Amino acid sequence: MTISLAAQINSVLAALILLTAFGLLVQRRIYGLLHLFAWQGLFLSISTAVVGFVAEKHHLYISSLLTLTLKVIVLPYILHVLIMRLKIHKEIETVVNVPTTMLIGIALVIFSYSLTSPIRDLSTHVTKSTIAVALATVLLGLLMMITRRHAVTQIIGFLSMENGLFFAATSATYGMPLVVELGVGLDILIAAFIFGIFFFHINTAFDTLDVEQMARLKEED
Amino acid sequence: MTILTLLGVSFIGALILAFVGDRKFAPEINIVCSFATFVASIVLALRVYHDGPFVAGREFFFIDAFSVYLVVLTAFVSMTTTIFSKPYMRREREHGRVGHWGMRFYHAMFQLFIFAMFLCLLTNNVGVLWIAMELATLATVLLVSLYKTPTAIEAAWKYFILCGVGIALALFGTVLLYFAAEKVLGEGGEALLWTNLSQVSGQLEPTVLRLAFVFLMVGYGTKVGLVPLHNWLPDAHSEGPTPISAVLSGLLLNIALYALVRCKVLVDGSLGTHLAGNIMMGFGLLSILVASFSMLRQKDIKRMFAYSSIEHMGIATFAFGLGGPIATFGALLHMLVHSLTKSSIFFTVGHASQMHDTQEMSKIRGLIRGNPLVGWGLMLGVMAIVGMPPFGVFTSEFLILTATMKDAPLMTPFLLLGLGVAFAALLRRVQPMVSGHIPSWQHPLKASHVPVILHMVLILVIGLYMPDFLSRWFHMAVELLK
Repeated sequence: MTISLAAQINSVLAALILLTAFGLLVQRRIYGLLHLFAWQGLFLSISTAVVGFVAEKHHLYISSLLTLTLKVIVLPYILHVLIMRLKIHKEIETVVNVPTTMLIGIALVIFSYSLTSPIRDLSTHVTKSTIAVALATVLLGLLMMITRRHAVTQIIGFLSMENGLFFAATSATYGMPLVVELGVGLDILIAAFIFGIFFFHINTAFDTLDVEQMARLKEED
Repeated sequence: MTILTLLGVSFIGALILAFVGDRKFAPEINIVCSFATFVASIVLALRVYHDGPFVAGREFFFIDAFSVYLVVLTAFVSMTTTIFSKPYMRREREHGRVGHWGMRFYHAMFQLFIFAMFLCLLTNNVGVLWIAMELATLATVLLVSLYKTPTAIEAAWKYFILCGVGIALALFGTVLLYFAAEKVLGEGGEALLWTNLSQVSGQLEPTVLRLAFVFLMVGYGTKVGLVPLHNWLPDAHSEGPTPISAVLSGLLLNIALYALVRCKVLVDGSLGTHLAGNIMMGFGLLSILVASFSMLRQKDIKRMFAYSSIEHMGIATFAFGLGGPIATFGALLHMLVHSLTKSSIFFTVGHASQMHDTQEMSKIRGLIRGNPLVGWGLMLGVMAIVGMPPFGVFTSEFLILTATMKDAPLMTPFLLLGLGVAFAALLRRVQPMVSGHIPSWQHPLKASHVPVILHMVLILVIGLYMPDFLSRWFHMAVELLK
């Protein structure tokens, strides 16, 4: 595999990650969100492995394997079990203002490109063109957490942000040091247990997972 | 060795308490663990005091005057908090607010939280710092929702989501920092060590560093509770158990500020400008003003003091941003005295709200007659926190004000306005709570006075006379932060 071919494969994978990020933004079905999230993890994992192969950085294989187990198998499985237990698998969330959200999303992508241009100029890596996509994925996850009102959706947005961060680490620097990547993975795993517990608490306390209901704590006048 | 004791005791303590945290002797285990870490922290501090900064464990740990003083503070406040939490949590349990599992969970997570904070302070690795900070957040999220009331769950969810997002942005900043460092130091773990970064700070790419700092500022700034990223803080402080409010306010905010200051020193050192400092001054001043005006309209006592924490973190951030030896000295001192004062206030507030079964300030009355030590503890604590002499906060705020008048005179009126409004807001609320007759709904309480008295004596001593070793210690830290 030549370097340019690998760079092209990586760009395609970056495009797919960005596509799934946009998909997550407007997908209304809880189950559809879960599938999209798993796909995003898979693209990320393959992309990490490709970069590891081209750059001959073997620790990236471990990182790729970590992403595969965590983001494609473990987390979607945990979410699947939770969704089943909470009996919300058929729930459809009302998503308002899809066109506006999409437009804001596009603006965020352009913004990411302009923001990361100094990094692209400095970088000597084959992956330098994908840094902007990584930042865009982070920002799109953030946008998703702001616009959506369902607890599960917000969590998927949060995890999608984490995907963007892993992607950023791979494309900007060929991955963070291994101890950091493992630690981040551990934190995500702990977070998964915590939001699992949370879903049940929210469901018992509010009878719904719609976080719109949570508006009791406000500034009093 | 001492480092391993510090981390090991709190981590093993968390494991043990996860199994026996609901037993009768669990609070004692909690106290013993915290006492052991306090002793270890003193040993560590003495070593730094005599031999200067050092690295340990194959450069994994790095300890200097700045971090070790926060280690001692963290160990001390967590120790007094465990003493306070013993009668407090026993009463909460008797009243059915927490069950078996809740108690286990509470004790285990408390120690895990302490462990995470020590790791933040002791590590030499910027990435590990991030991981430990996230761990500290995760450990406290479920403690905020311990009572499982709808408002507590709402507060914890908000805390989880907002801090999760904030800290994710800090990770992006860390990635950018690594990108800049890797160019100079080469790939691998070495490029993320503070010790290596500070050596090559002049060679790091300025444009990337600027971008990195913006992300780090937003990320860790969320954890410090700086306006406009502060929304989670009043909710989390008011809905969680009071011992947790005390450590969140007194310790976690300090740790986040520690991370921010380290980044600021690195970025400004390599850019040769005052960009990071100016950003911090802006955020700090905004926090002081917004928080002090917000205090005026609070009805919940813990919420009001949560806003006061935002204000004081704003003051420290502002002073670190201002830079210069006097302001930095003042900021370090301010972190210390705020932490001691605010946790002591939260102890008395916890007792006061248990005596009245409410956190609403309009229903808390006649504290001095009901329980003189709680009443006077709250009154004196508030006098200290608003900056009245002879307490320590006066000294630190005075230093910061002097430095502001000299280096940034235009900021002085805003700073004074914030301090004045906070003064009025707090005293107006606290005075009726402590004075007057005992209301019919107040009931007596067996309180633990040792932590409050210990903290108040320390603040008074620091305010009246600065011990030699303390000022030398701070001077060492000021040298590092130049």
